Amino acid sequence: MPDAPGLELIRGEIEQDHPGAVLDTGFEHGCASLAIDPAHVLGVLGWLRDAPGQGYRFLSSLHAADYLPATPRFAVHYELLNRDRVERIRVKALLADPAWSAGPVAAGDPPPLPVAKASSGTVPPTAPPAGEALPEIDSCCELFPTAEFQEREAYDFFGIVFNGHPDLTRILLPEDYVGWPQRRDFPVGGEPVTFTYNERAYG
Amino acid sequence: MAESLDIKRSPAGGMGVGGVEDGRRAPALGAPPSPATGPAAEHSEVMTVNIGPHHPATHGVLRLVVDLEGEVVKDLRPIIGYVHTGIEKSCEDKSYWKVIPFVERMDYVSYFFQMEAFCGAVERMIELEIPPRARYLRTIFLELNRIHSHLVWLGTTALDLGAISMLWYCFRERDRILDLFEMAAGQRMHTRYFQVGGVIEDIPLGFERKLREFVADMPVRVSQYQALLDRNEVFLSRTKGTGIVSRERLLELGVTGPLLRAAGEPWDLRKAFDYLAYPEMDFKIPVGTVGDNYDRYRVRVAEMVESTRIIEQALDALPEGPFIADDRKYVLPPRSELSTSMESLIHHFKLVTEGYRVGPGELYYAIESPRGELGCFVLADGSAKPARVHFRDPSFVNLQAFRDMSVDGYVADMICSLGMLDPILGGVDR
Repeated sequence: MPDAPGLELIRGEIEQDHPGAVLDTGFEHGCASLAIDPAHVLGVLGWLRDAPGQGYRFLSSLHAADYLPATPRFAVHYELLNRDRVERIRVKALLADPAWSAGPVAAGDPPPLPVAKASSGTVPPTAPPAGEALPEIDSCCELFPTAEFQEREAYDFFGIVFNGHPDLTRILLPEDYVGWPQRRDFPVGGEPVTFTYNERAYG
Repeated sequence: MAESLDIKRSPAGGMGVGGVEDGRRAPALGAPPSPATGPAAEHSEVMTVNIGPHHPATHGVLRLVVDLEGEVVKDLRPIIGYVHTGIEKSCEDKSYWKVIPFVERMDYVSYFFQMEAFCGAVERMIELEIPPRARYLRTIFLELNRIHSHLVWLGTTALDLGAISMLWYCFRERDRILDLFEMAAGQRMHTRYFQVGGVIEDIPLGFERKLREFVADMPVRVSQYQALLDRNEVFLSRTKGTGIVSRERLLELGVTGPLLRAAGEPWDLRKAFDYLAYPEMDFKIPVGTVGDNYDRYRVRVAEMVESTRIIEQALDALPEGPFIADDRKYVLPPRSELSTSMESLIHHFKLVTEGYRVGPGELYYAIESPRGELGCFVLADGSAKPARVHFRDPSFVNLQAFRDMSVDGYVADMICSLGMLDPILGGVDR
């Protein structure tokens, strides 16, 4: 891991090429992280991958997280690894929720819970619902081909759109599923369970 | 999932830029020339075939939509999600100690590794050090689980290739490992043996003797497997030269574990990072040369022998002392104290009803599972339940390399490559 001063050096060098890209640096539990502006995600990831002296060429994991009461609400985490120096660094692209910023219910109030609907077999695929504002970020599939499945997973569960992804469809959930189930405001048990006796109610 | 076969494929074939046009695919040894290059090539047409989700060769509920030209795979798209059970979401509704049995059920063949990834992540967040005996016991059980996982892989994959007796031999040894699990933890699978802070119980009397017998037998058994397979004509012609993907491409695709090591890259998190008792162990990382299916087989078989060496060393050096940390804010008090100490009773009650709180923070902790880098990302919001538990499952990521392994090969080689890829669909779908 780069130590705290090393992290500030990285921040300074990124700022030369991409002013305003790094929003914050963090160092917790022995792991360094850079919080970045999603507009510069490809620039920062490409610099960390290719710049001499950096060489974080392996993307261990890409996952999303929902920090619901906080703003910006979402983050996409890139766990980068330099396999020569055995160093990890986490890049967090912070994403605001466009649906919330467009029309906040009240200050501090979470948006109303979405109602999960079980789709019947006749309904055509409706994801994403027309007009739903989703957070967007550039896809890093060109830089790291390993991100393809993992970006689809983040889209599937959080509704984060990765622009430029070759095939951004749901990966684990059914194609006609409605909703983004790993968002914090999606209730656990929000998916009705179909038994024989309630088959008619849920289809 | 739409059950129609005319799946729309993305322009890039659904798997990014494929490095398939460099002609590195060699036909299998002794196989007739590919129909794609023969005179019938102009007359053949692409046929889309659906394999799975219920198919014995897919090792789980995996569906493959394969474009075939004659017997040659032209394109391939894995469709997953059939056993998605929302474990990551369910974990958000459980206190930390209740998450452990949940995550065990993701990759149902290497359950000890999921436990270690989650418990290790939580321990690092609450900065709880586990006692030396627990470190060694965990190392022993992880390596036993690695042998167990490789045995399941070897038995089922050899079965795919026609070596039926391998399944019985491998499952015979696997049963001895399950007996050991049962002896120590009371369960044969999904043992919930690892706890935040250590392990739940010390190993019982007689365990060490049984384990030493097993460790002494295992290298002999492995050499017996090798005597059956290493020079088996059918096995060699099915595995040699098939499913080759270059080391650079594997790294681009994020592939880790035996698949990467078979391509000649000695990358193993047990050596690279410092966790559990691995820094004190003396073991080697088996690597292959060309990265074909035969190398993948050889690497895994060699890993089984290395694992027995680790277990032996850990048993020899097993320290005396407590097997779980003594921090009453996180660890249940011993059962014997409950009837004599009011304080222990209160701690026990609080831990069982509410659970412990973990301060706000996030952490990614990765270990080397039998299939590669198994990472656990935990996001804590300060309450007694995690705000997010995410597993970077090696099967899920490795599955992306399957297209590169199979395209321009025969459909029979694709089945072989899938077995050698060793995906566990419970881990892929979570």
